Amino acid sequence: MTRIASPKDFWAGILYAGFGLAALWLGRHYPIGSTGRMGPGYFPLALGALMMLLGLASLVRSFLVAGSPVGIVAWKALALIIGANCLFAWLLPRAGAVIALTALILASGAASRQFHLGWRNLAIALGLTLACVLVFIKGLGVPMPILGSAFGF
Amino acid sequence: MEILGNLGLGLVTAGSLSNLLYCFLGVFLGTAIGVLPGLGPTATIAMLLPVTFGLPSESALIMLAGIYYGAQYGGSTTAILVNLPGESSSVVTALDGYQMARQGKAGRALATAAIGSFFAGTVSTILVALFAPPLAELALRFGPAEYFSLMVLGLVASIVLANGSLLHAIAMIVLGLLLGMVGSDVNSGTARYTLGLPELEDGIGFVIVAMGAFALGEIISNLEDESGRSVMLEKVTGLMPTREDWARIWAPILRGTALGSLLGILPGGGAMLASFAAYSLEKKVSRTPEAFGKGAIEGVAGPESANNAGAQTSFIPMLTLGIPSNPVMALMIGAMVIQGIQPGPSVMSEQPKLFWGIIVSMWLGNLMLLVLNLPLIGLWVRMIRVPYHYLFPAILVFCTIGVFSLNNTTFDVYLMGLFGLLGYVFRKLDCEPAPMLLGFILGPMMEEYLRRALLISKGDLTIFIARPISAVMLVLVLLLLLTVLAPTVRRKREEAFQEVG
Repeated sequence: MTRIASPKDFWAGILYAGFGLAALWLGRHYPIGSTGRMGPGYFPLALGALMMLLGLASLVRSFLVAGSPVGIVAWKALALIIGANCLFAWLLPRAGAVIALTALILASGAASRQFHLGWRNLAIALGLTLACVLVFIKGLGVPMPILGSAFGF
Repeated sequence: MEILGNLGLGLVTAGSLSNLLYCFLGVFLGTAIGVLPGLGPTATIAMLLPVTFGLPSESALIMLAGIYYGAQYGGSTTAILVNLPGESSSVVTALDGYQMARQGKAGRALATAAIGSFFAGTVSTILVALFAPPLAELALRFGPAEYFSLMVLGLVASIVLANGSLLHAIAMIVLGLLLGMVGSDVNSGTARYTLGLPELEDGIGFVIVAMGAFALGEIISNLEDESGRSVMLEKVTGLMPTREDWARIWAPILRGTALGSLLGILPGGGAMLASFAAYSLEKKVSRTPEAFGKGAIEGVAGPESANNAGAQTSFIPMLTLGIPSNPVMALMIGAMVIQGIQPGPSVMSEQPKLFWGIIVSMWLGNLMLLVLNLPLIGLWVRMIRVPYHYLFPAILVFCTIGVFSLNNTTFDVYLMGLFGLLGYVFRKLDCEPAPMLLGFILGPMMEEYLRRALLISKGDLTIFIARPISAVMLVLVLLLLLTVLAPTVRRKREEAFQEVG
């Protein structure tokens, strides 16, 4: 059995090929037209095919040329940062900016090893939230609800 | 002396009280955010971009340019004081700057960086003023074929100059081009790759891609390893370089400025390449190359002048051709489009106030940096001292609010999360997100010019070599590709990146 010599190239290749395939599949009905009169499908499908070829090249290389392993993935930080970001987006219209921002700060803050839930951090989170509400909503007029639909607004 | 009149017009625009204020605000905010460890100029500009939306177009661009120089200088400050370079362009400064700081010469290293940057900024502003108009004039004669070839040249050049694997650089550009296809097709109105989501019909906002891939991705990778982040700072004293320092830095500053100005104009060049090249140059011409990496002041003066000169002259292709040579210029183009200005050669003739205002504000911004940074160093040191675990939630807050305020929809915030995830994954796989952003901005333009060129020629591909300017550019593309694929150059290139990396 052949071994993967370069895991980084291997996974990058999978991603590229995946994006290429997706571009070709999703674009399969776009009219291609001719070189002189390109349809909406011409350029993207050409790119999709190229993307797939590059992915294959990276896959082939991953078996031939030695490379470094992927290394440690910060799963906790990844999940908490992206999660906090989406939590904010979900909470904003429903609970409003005050709750959404506080949740964002505390949830993302938990990604750090230095984090512990205490009065001090809670106060910092609330302080930052209030400052943002004042600057962005009151000051710059960003149309975010201070309290969301759950409060009957 | 037409140029004096033009510069006068620029001075009137940039010198108005409100624009001076925005320039100052930009430089100040840029430095303040730029000194924060782990935030490079691209992420800083993406983060602060929404702040400028409400301003008139001249003020917005003047402020953004100020943010850029500020962020760049802030990054160098952090590199010198705590050895945590924000972006690749200040990696080199950290080599000798941090060593100087450890020897108690932090003040002199900072002053050298500031003086070198100011001198380089002054010279390169003059260069921009001299060379932008003739180039814009030439560009007015460009047809779609020339534009297409020029973009190919730009993308290929950025591949050659990118740090790391060629295959991945090409792939990331193609990925960026593909992502740029999302949205309605301009010619037929067909919705492409929108997955039926009406929010995607206008395409993906470039700020969302930039903030996700740069700011979010960076935060996650910074959290991988939190050890070694304890910041120990001495008090910075002794700001003025000594007489001996002056004797050692004037030549590196001159050389750095020349090299940086030249490399900045190249597509794909800009600040990063300039500082890398200047460092190797200084090391080569030095009589004491062994002192480099141990606190040689030349190793700060050369690269710092070069990266500022490069940062400045990279505005030339952006202002005259509407083509970004690096991710920061891509953001500037995005900002211009948001302001309703179509970047390109006509900006100079149609909006002379804007054009010359930006150029003069470059110099004013550099002057402010010099005046601002040395006295305020105590403030910057205090900002660097803010521990990262307090910092990153705040950065995240600014990013989410900023992205939300683009279109006032939470859809964009989810999308930023997705690009944050992608940005981190690609970082883990050694695929740099910078070429992707470049491709993303150029994608729709490239398709448009390709279509138009081939419509004119009725599908005849020889149009790209039949037109002389286009042919020259394609020959350059070929030469670039050949040199980079030649084994000796390839090895040299890897060495060059390894030496400093």
